[in-house]
Amino acid sequence: MAILSTPRSAVQLASKGRPLKEHLFRIALMASLAIALVFLALLIVYVVEEGWPRLDSTLWENQPSIRRPETAGIQSGIFGTLWIIGLTALMALPTGILAAIYLEEYADRTKWYNRLLELNISNLAAVPSIVYGILGLGIIARWMAFGFTIMTGAITISLLVLPIVIISAREAIRAVPPSIREGSLALGATQWQTIYRQVLPASIPGIATGSILALSRAIGEAAPFLMLGAATLVRFNPEGVWSSFSVLPLQIYSFISRPQEEFAILAAAAIVVLLAILLLMNSVAIWLRNRYQKRW
Amino acid sequence: MSAQHLKTASGASRSLARSRPRYGEFAVKTILLMAAMVSIATTVGIVAALLEPTIEFFGEVSLGEFFGSTTWGPLFNPPSFGVWPVIVATVEITLIAIIVAVPLGLAAAIYLSEYATPRVRKTFKPVLEVLAGVPTVVFGFFALTFVTPVLQDVFPFLELEAKNALSAGLLVGVMIIPIVASLSEDSMAAVPNGLREGSYALGASKMLTSVRVVVPAAFSGIVAAIILAISRAAGETMIVAIAGGFKSVFTLYPGDEMATMAAFIAQAGSGDASVGSIAYKTIFAVGSLLFIMTFAMNYVSARLVQKYREVYD
Repeated sequence: MAILSTPRSAVQLASKGRPLKEHLFRIALMASLAIALVFLALLIVYVVEEGWPRLDSTLWENQPSIRRPETAGIQSGIFGTLWIIGLTALMALPTGILAAIYLEEYADRTKWYNRLLELNISNLAAVPSIVYGILGLGIIARWMAFGFTIMTGAITISLLVLPIVIISAREAIRAVPPSIREGSLALGATQWQTIYRQVLPASIPGIATGSILALSRAIGEAAPFLMLGAATLVRFNPEGVWSSFSVLPLQIYSFISRPQEEFAILAAAAIVVLLAILLLMNSVAIWLRNRYQKRW
Repeated sequence: MSAQHLKTASGASRSLARSRPRYGEFAVKTILLMAAMVSIATTVGIVAALLEPTIEFFGEVSLGEFFGSTTWGPLFNPPSFGVWPVIVATVEITLIAIIVAVPLGLAAAIYLSEYATPRVRKTFKPVLEVLAGVPTVVFGFFALTFVTPVLQDVFPFLELEAKNALSAGLLVGVMIIPIVASLSEDSMAAVPNGLREGSYALGASKMLTSVRVVVPAAFSGIVAAIILAISRAAGETMIVAIAGGFKSVFTLYPGDEMATMAAFIAQAGSGDASVGSIAYKTIFAVGSLLFIMTFAMNYVSARLVQKYREVYD
């Protein structure tokens, strides 16, 4: 955009005289971006290659085992992750979207408490995830006596992703132009009718994209679960919200911390599964954004 | 409430305001406000979770011992509580991460904002998002099983331990590149074109314009991005727990195994420290320290963004 609005001849004139330095600078910039991307590619190739021998159906059909690493699987982790993500979606998404509507549509920014809310949310978005683990341990597991259950894990992770959901939903709502709201209000709709029938439908694609990205953050999170006693080698699938559990990233962590070579291979195979889920979710989010994003 | 309710309509239309209250609308607003208050409750919850055990901790261990000694071993018998080794490890790994992430992230941001065509930008921004979405256990695994062995082969004279601060720091750096890049790019994109055009009009080249005009104009946003990245790096747990190790010996050499604050919390929290024991309380004391440090950085970063965001509008 920057370049488009500047006459080309002006740029050419300006760069005349020292083309070499300009070129080198440009190449250095591209190289920096390339390093990050090559690194990502290298990482993916490495884990696929490492985990290849174990990428078969025993991986998700079997339960983890300390004694038989060569046939151990990750089924309880996959189910635990699904439970956690399902509950997190149920809790964090509605709360986050409602909070975003409040902040964008109702909050009067001249009021101190609304500014405090905003500052608090951007602060929470950057609190280390291990601190959320302490919150889960001290308040939810112990004080509320929920114990080390799926419920505790899901609430903790919901609180962790809530600021991310709020921030991305706000951006989506903000992208709806004011003229839509003014038109609706002018026709006699109340403010909530305007939000519910005009603003929300128009911002759904953006909200969905942000929500998927937030949930994919939740899927990869391991640190809070370390504090929540998510037993890493649970040999059964969770049966309900009060069941003890493990999650995929934490199982990976426990495989990594064992000395046998087979566990490293198992960890790599589990990482491939985890990355595949995340890449799928990311692609859906990006596709949604490109497909439904409206330019007003 | 009635005046606020009509804030989108013009202020002069007060006489047109509804004559009777709409309870449904009020209820909706209340529900929405309650959803927003969950975030306040979260902060209160974090502080509450940290406060009591931390106070109890300092009832048993003096501040002088905590900050005045360099022997750290709350899980040993007899325990010692000099917190400096974990602070030094945290700072050191964060420093390595920043040395990696700031040049790479900033250069990527300049490229995406100033040089890339819209199409290139549209392709590469999602890839950066994917990099940002890679779980940190994965980076940890990669650091431990790939980066460290490669570094040991290529630079044998570094005498890297199997777990070391260097690989952990490098990978934490890679993890925060997307944060530096995307936030800096946002603030560079917000620099008005008039400044660039003015610079070109004075005969400056593209490189000169980027480095001397756009970057300084976006400086507060860039600083905010870097502070946020530092705070992320300092609080990162899984990479440092896997690749940096848990040994809490006072050392400055990045080739050694060292435990950061987050790694200590992870180690003690995942172990079986019984509730109420001094080891259990230490988790919360270190947690408080980490929370205060990151909170201060996040606050500065958020204020910088808030304060300077609309300076050109």
